[in-house]
Amino acid sequence: MSEHLLSIVLFTPLAGMLILLLIPSGRTGLIRLWANIAGFAGFAVSLPLLWRFDKNASGFQLVERYEWIPSLGARYIVGIDGISLLLVMLTTLIGALAILSSWSAIQEKVKQYYAMFLLQQTGMLGVFLALDFFLFFVFWEVVLVPMYFIIGVWGGPRKLYAAIKFFLYTLAGSVLMLLGILTLYFQHFRQYGFYTFEIAELMKLDLPLGLQQWVFWAFFIGFAIKVPMFPFHTWLPDAHVEAPTAGSVILASILLKMGTYGFLRFSLPLLPKASIDPLIVKILVGLSLVAIIYGALVSLMQQDWKKLVAYSSVSHLGFCTLGIFALNPNGLAGSVIQQINHGISTGMLFLIVGIAYERRHTREIAEYGGLAHVMPKYATVFAIAMLSSAGLPLLNGFIGEFTILQGAFEANRVWAALAATGVILGAAYLLWLYQRTMLGQVTNPKNLHLPDLNLRELAVFLPLIAWALWIGVYPKPYFEVLEKPVTQIVERVRPDYFRKAPVPAAAPLEVLR
Amino acid sequence: MQLWLIPAFPLLGFLLNGIFGRRASKAFVNAVAVGAVLASFMWTLKTLGALWPLDEAHLERYFTWIQAGDVRIGFDLAVDRLSAVMLLVVTGVGLLIHIYSIGYMAHEGGYYRFFAYLNLFMFFMLTLVLAANFLLLFVGWEGVGLCSYLLIGFWFLKSSATNAANKAFIVNRVGDFGFSLGIYLIYTHFRSLDFGEVFDAVSRLPVEAGVGTLTAIGLLLLVGATGKSAQIPLYVWLPDAMEGPTPVSALIHAATMVTAGVYMVARCSVVYLHAPLAMEAVALIGLATAFFAATIGLTQFDIKKVFAYSTISQLGYMFLGAGVGAFGAAIYHLWTHAFFKALLFLGAGSVIHALGEQDLRRMGGLRAKTPITFWTLLAAALSISGVPLTAGFFSKDEILLAAYHHAPWMYWAGTLTAGLTAFYVFRAIFLAFFGAPRGWSYAHESPPVMTVPLVLLALLSLAGGFAPVSRWLAPMFPAGEGRHETLPVAISVAAGLAGIVVALLFYVARPGLADRVAARLGALYRLVYNKYFVDEIYQAAILRPVITGSENMLWRTVDVAWIDGAVNGIATRARAAGDVLRRIQSGDLRSYAAWVLLGSLALLLAIGLAGGGR
Repeated sequence: MSEHLLSIVLFTPLAGMLILLLIPSGRTGLIRLWANIAGFAGFAVSLPLLWRFDKNASGFQLVERYEWIPSLGARYIVGIDGISLLLVMLTTLIGALAILSSWSAIQEKVKQYYAMFLLQQTGMLGVFLALDFFLFFVFWEVVLVPMYFIIGVWGGPRKLYAAIKFFLYTLAGSVLMLLGILTLYFQHFRQYGFYTFEIAELMKLDLPLGLQQWVFWAFFIGFAIKVPMFPFHTWLPDAHVEAPTAGSVILASILLKMGTYGFLRFSLPLLPKASIDPLIVKILVGLSLVAIIYGALVSLMQQDWKKLVAYSSVSHLGFCTLGIFALNPNGLAGSVIQQINHGISTGMLFLIVGIAYERRHTREIAEYGGLAHVMPKYATVFAIAMLSSAGLPLLNGFIGEFTILQGAFEANRVWAALAATGVILGAAYLLWLYQRTMLGQVTNPKNLHLPDLNLRELAVFLPLIAWALWIGVYPKPYFEVLEKPVTQIVERVRPDYFRKAPVPAAAPLEVLR
Repeated sequence: MQLWLIPAFPLLGFLLNGIFGRRASKAFVNAVAVGAVLASFMWTLKTLGALWPLDEAHLERYFTWIQAGDVRIGFDLAVDRLSAVMLLVVTGVGLLIHIYSIGYMAHEGGYYRFFAYLNLFMFFMLTLVLAANFLLLFVGWEGVGLCSYLLIGFWFLKSSATNAANKAFIVNRVGDFGFSLGIYLIYTHFRSLDFGEVFDAVSRLPVEAGVGTLTAIGLLLLVGATGKSAQIPLYVWLPDAMEGPTPVSALIHAATMVTAGVYMVARCSVVYLHAPLAMEAVALIGLATAFFAATIGLTQFDIKKVFAYSTISQLGYMFLGAGVGAFGAAIYHLWTHAFFKALLFLGAGSVIHALGEQDLRRMGGLRAKTPITFWTLLAAALSISGVPLTAGFFSKDEILLAAYHHAPWMYWAGTLTAGLTAFYVFRAIFLAFFGAPRGWSYAHESPPVMTVPLVLLALLSLAGGFAPVSRWLAPMFPAGEGRHETLPVAISVAAGLAGIVVALLFYVARPGLADRVAARLGALYRLVYNKYFVDEIYQAAILRPVITGSENMLWRTVDVAWIDGAVNGIATRARAAGDVLRRIQSGDLRSYAAWVLLGSLALLLAIGLAGGGR
């Protein structure tokens, strides 16, 4: 069994879905129970990864490879390194918690809902596990479908608009990405005489800068829409606002990471020359900085609670892409850690909105106020989520922000200075939101008797809070897991980076430019 | 020596009260909260006793927090003479204020929450003081900021309180922007954030080397310090922070947290000594703040606001001291200030407790009703005015003397400020305790749980100056002490006494004179009374543009109209084009296949051409 660990992790949710389909639609209680069992089984089978993974080994681990479509050269290859390990763990845990959080929120078409959710789990895991570009693309597209239905069927009033926008926008991106993939595929045939989609093989390609740039931009469209980077972000607020709570959680916590993961796994290693191209770096960093500041400023002014959190995602993901294109170990490691952090803290923030929405059926911030008085446990959980998102030390967000900004500073001081303003604005929009919803007198009589968190709701938050504390207090294991893959990426993109000796401590300092 | 126990006790107290306090009795909450701080205080004494005379720093490494490449950032705590002074202030004054709070908060809701936050604050403050590297210091720094936010907004039903809390947090974040960039610069240049390693590297530099970088580091750290220690231009949050319960104002916004900036500058003295420009900036900002805040203090009627501006002003003195190279004197003043300013606030709290009123215009004649409060406040007022042999006298004059040797004009400005200080403090005392009652009928002295801390702090305000703090710290700060001169000391003492006499004249001997002077000054008085309209200027110049710009320009125009408009526009066009193309949709499978093939080929060709061309 153990040599198929990754396949087990990958297909457990799918197996859960297939069994779910056998349960008669009328037995919603049983369906809920089974979906939760399947969700937690998905998490449980991923736990052995933690001790099976060897942080000192370089390259991919637990690799499984099978022929799949020999005529195309497409193979079933899965494997993990430190980056995908963290994202897989995020996916299995958040997926299970999102399923748990849906218990009372979803009352219609329950069976289909959970089926979509489980299918989506397998799709997302496939994206993070696939080491064959064709396989990757299949999973990438598979993810689209369940999310489309989750928004379009169980969503809010404008669900169809949001679902179609989400679908078409991301589809448009993936078409261009496919063209990029095919280019590499055909180039590989030209250089080596056989067709393959295997990442390790495609990395051997020697492509001229010009071609790399073209492919880079093709990938960029696909990944940037997914992240989403400015100015490709406008599908996100609509999708988030209309999606049911658990859909938003998955969307923010995991789906968006497919984009940043794409940059890390494909753009940088496969197209190293383009990735270090000064113009490309400038544009990507510029867009990241705009996203950080612009996302935060727009977030500040939102009157819809969920939209506010959605725009804050744009700002936070800006930090992640900034870290990537700082192209140094701190920036890259920080970026991955911040991707996990964003999954935890924004996941919590969306769950928090969802709990208020389930009780009041409105997301207007003005409808709330003074909830801390009626729902003290809820207010405490919200406070922790807010502080984690705002990057308070000893919670997770700080570690990511600090490492990314340190990496950005090493690359270019101005980048770090501009990005650091996002930290100020982050505190502003979060504190203001908290003040408007939680503090003050209860002005709206409808809020007077809202029930506080029940045990199930609390159970959804506790693992996330514990995780946030773990990363905040003892992030060392994360840095260790990431060291090898990050070093590999940096070496690949900047072969001379580690040859330069680090600045010795006592060296005379250059005058500040 | 188990240094970690010092912050761990209050952390445990926070957890116990935070988790069980809601359902527990007040006695339990008190025992946990005060017990935690007492344990921390005792452990501090034991540690310092064991390490005495603390000639060398004592370092304890616990575990690696962040390991990035070759850079290790650890949970490392250290104690040296500088942190020893801070530890005594934080745990000692903290203990007294915890005890006082039992009385002050007795009738308030959220009792356990208050003490849990207060303990959490102690944890972060002690972490800040004991941290052996910049990042752990930053942990404490941000943590005390959080507790300040929580405690300013303690009465969260009041929107003025929650607004003040937000303002404090966000203004401090502006300061932290500079602080964090300073940390990145240190990290990038020294590949370490460890105090020992960084300062070693700096002190081994030749005098002229690295001035540019060190100046930049010094200035960036100073930005952080102006936020936390409420200096120009980021002082605006501190007066509003008086929305918090008064013990909080005493502990956090007078005695301890706001001095963190001074502590940090003193901690980085090696850096500043290598960066004369940054040091000059420290002195100038300190002096300007000291004078500017003192002038505002002259005109305020809210007793807590008077003392808040006084705190800003006194912190300015500490920065002045550090900036002119008298780091020891700055910490000495931090030490004495902790006593007399905590006392001023706790005394004010006792008055507020007695009357339910904080407007000086509605007090008067309280001397008879609240004698202990009066006498202890008088001791604090004498001390802050620098009356000879009180604590404030020693530390303030050491700073002014150092300023005199650095640049005489700084001394004169500082001395003028000393006069203003004595005036506004005694103005408050006279308005509250002398004359006839103005509009109150019932007042009572506070219970012993409040007055005993007042008396102890009064003794410290009077005698705490005999602890030779700056001499004890001298080995840590290489800059030499200035010669002692009598004349400058005599002049500044005279300035303080003059301030007291004028206050006596204005508010006791010739009541009504103050109003006439204010009327005579007209516009100038209104300018100062309205705090130079700084809040209004910030509002108009920064907040308004950000808010309206974000809403109207960025969100509604750029995001919704332009970007999303373009997205939807493309979709609409695509649909229109689809209507045309629908005619191609013949239903013939083979023609579809042909189209697909043709299209794919065209795309591949395009890519091949584009790529192959390079």
